Amino acid sequence: MTKLTVTERQIGLIICLVVAAIGLAMAAAGRGEPFGVQGFTVLLLALALSGFIIARWDAPPPDRSLLEHYYDDPTKVGIVLTMFWAVIAMFVGVWVAALLAWPELTFDAAWASFGRLRPVHTSGVIFGFGGNALIATSFHVLQRTSRARLPDQLSPWFVLIGYNLFCIVAASGYLLGITQSKEYAEPEWYADLWLVIVWIVYFLIFVRTLARRKEPHIYVANWYYMAFILVVAILHIVNNLAVPISFGSAKSYSAFSGVQDAMTQWWYGHNAVAFFLTSGFLGMMYYYLPKRAGRPIFSYPLSLISFWGITFMYMWAGSHHLHYTALPQWVQTLGMTFSLVLLVPSWASAGNALATLNGAWHKVRDDATLRFMMVAAVFYGLSTFEGSFMAIRAVNSVSHYTDWTIGHVHGGALGWVAMITFGSIYALVPWMWKRPAIYSPKLVEVHFWLALSGTIVYVFSMWNSGIIQGLMWRTYNENGTLAYSFLDTVEAMHPYYIARTFGGLLFLLGAIVGTYNVLMTIRQARLERGVEAGGEVDLPLGRPAALPGE
Amino acid sequence: MHDAVVAISKSWGLFYLLALSAGVVIYAYWPSNRAGFDRAKSSILDKDDKPWM
Ligand code: HEM
Repeated sequence: MTKLTVTERQIGLIICLVVAAIGLAMAAAGRGEPFGVQGFTVLLLALALSGFIIARWDAPPPDRSLLEHYYDDPTKVGIVLTMFWAVIAMFVGVWVAALLAWPELTFDAAWASFGRLRPVHTSGVIFGFGGNALIATSFHVLQRTSRARLPDQLSPWFVLIGYNLFCIVAASGYLLGITQSKEYAEPEWYADLWLVIVWIVYFLIFVRTLARRKEPHIYVANWYYMAFILVVAILHIVNNLAVPISFGSAKSYSAFSGVQDAMTQWWYGHNAVAFFLTSGFLGMMYYYLPKRAGRPIFSYPLSLISFWGITFMYMWAGSHHLHYTALPQWVQTLGMTFSLVLLVPSWASAGNALATLNGAWHKVRDDATLRFMMVAAVFYGLSTFEGSFMAIRAVNSVSHYTDWTIGHVHGGALGWVAMITFGSIYALVPWMWKRPAIYSPKLVEVHFWLALSGTIVYVFSMWNSGIIQGLMWRTYNENGTLAYSFLDTVEAMHPYYIARTFGGLLFLLGAIVGTYNVLMTIRQARLERGVEAGGEVDLPLGRPAALPGE
Repeated sequence: MHDAVVAISKSWGLFYLLALSAGVVIYAYWPSNRAGFDRAKSSILDKDDKPWM
């Protein structure tokens, strides 16, 4: 806050008050309805933030010498938010996993039913954990590779806090029963509109910083981050086109229907995988992995080929989610073909990462942070191979609707997305808080083994479960009728659901250990700074203590 | 309209993607780009942590 100029504080306060007014209007229009609760949530968070700004109103304006440094406060807060979302969303994940093994764990409460908790988990990990990690690291990478400071100090906060407001409204809405029933795009129209505004500001930060860059070449990581931001904007806007039944209601109707709706949804859904869960995290990988290994990326041209390959081919692959549906056959075949070709740029990136480490294997052995990134590249290679395989129509006839898909998802989500994030965060935290190293390298090691064993238990139980399920569904007896009833297959899944819950629990424990480690590093940094400043330990104003979402 | 789009994507779509792929590979391996790429990939390893003024 003390780094914000007086004008920035004023604009910040105005934005908070406008948002509070919108929240109030929503609360009034939706009296007695879930929509009203959403309004109150917005109102309270906006007022809390206004109070936070007002409390620091009289702090002296910042010194111009600030401009000689990068602006990292939003990244720091973003890292802490990333870890908090990880713990919350993975906890809900373990809960929904347990629900499938022991259905009574809903405790007869509507908000705790599977259908409401599941999107809290999926949005929480993808958008809460993954999105905050992408925002936090992208600001860091953007500045370092452009050798330029962010263009101003308000817009990064607007993006970070505004984005978390979206996540909170979305997650609390699901618990209230608000959803537009599109997978990974469940939030309703008002949350979607808000995200559009946040996202445009995010994109503009990138463009404005790049316009001020001192390094003429735009490093490849920025291309991946930019593709993530730009394409997610396009996907989000098109898939969420809808007409609300009134401005005072949460409910809306999609602009699409029938098979067009399905195709639009899975064009969105698959490219969410591509640009949210892949492109942005590849940006992370192309920066933090070479940095941590102390070696330049193996082949720069290959990273560019991979970039354009991924960007142009993923766009066409979405229809592999709709094999054997009313979608025209040629569209299914198109999606299948592009999914197969996609293996080339995907493995180009995975191979590039591993080849970078070739010659530094002793570092991988000794340094769990680098090992996180190495394992992430391996899982990236595995899950893209698996994905291309599952996209083949005949294979998909076994895997579709089964737990195999869930196994694939978590090979990607735990093995790739979460591992590259944890590796990058462990590399980034000491740099951000100016410490020689993380609080406890031993705990990083503990986290690594919890994460790896959790992922393996999870993925293997779902592979087993999915393939058994797929085969049981298509086994006929001598009369030509199905050999197993649906309930038989559900019973066969039971042991695997327990194993999966255990794997998820290990992964969650790892995330908790990681959060502790990050917080203790921050604490150490503060204690030290307190000692330097004359023994007095004070909350630095640079890091808001009561940010919405914490 | 639908038929026209399908026809174009089934014919020209192929050439468009082939041309794009060729373009990308040529750009990535064009000899005079090499020095710039080599500098770009090593310069991120520099230790200095301040914006260039
Ligand atoms: C070449 C790359 C990839 C291809 C071709 C691919 C292909 C597929 C296929 C065929 C399915 C199953 C669709 C169905 O039967 O319903 C699927 C599901 C899924 N994949 Fe991938 N995949 C790839 C990489 C990844 C990665 C890296 C992730 C990262 C987390 C990922 C996340 C997911 C998710 C979340 C689903 C579940 C969608 C749903 O809810 O139904 N995929 N993918």
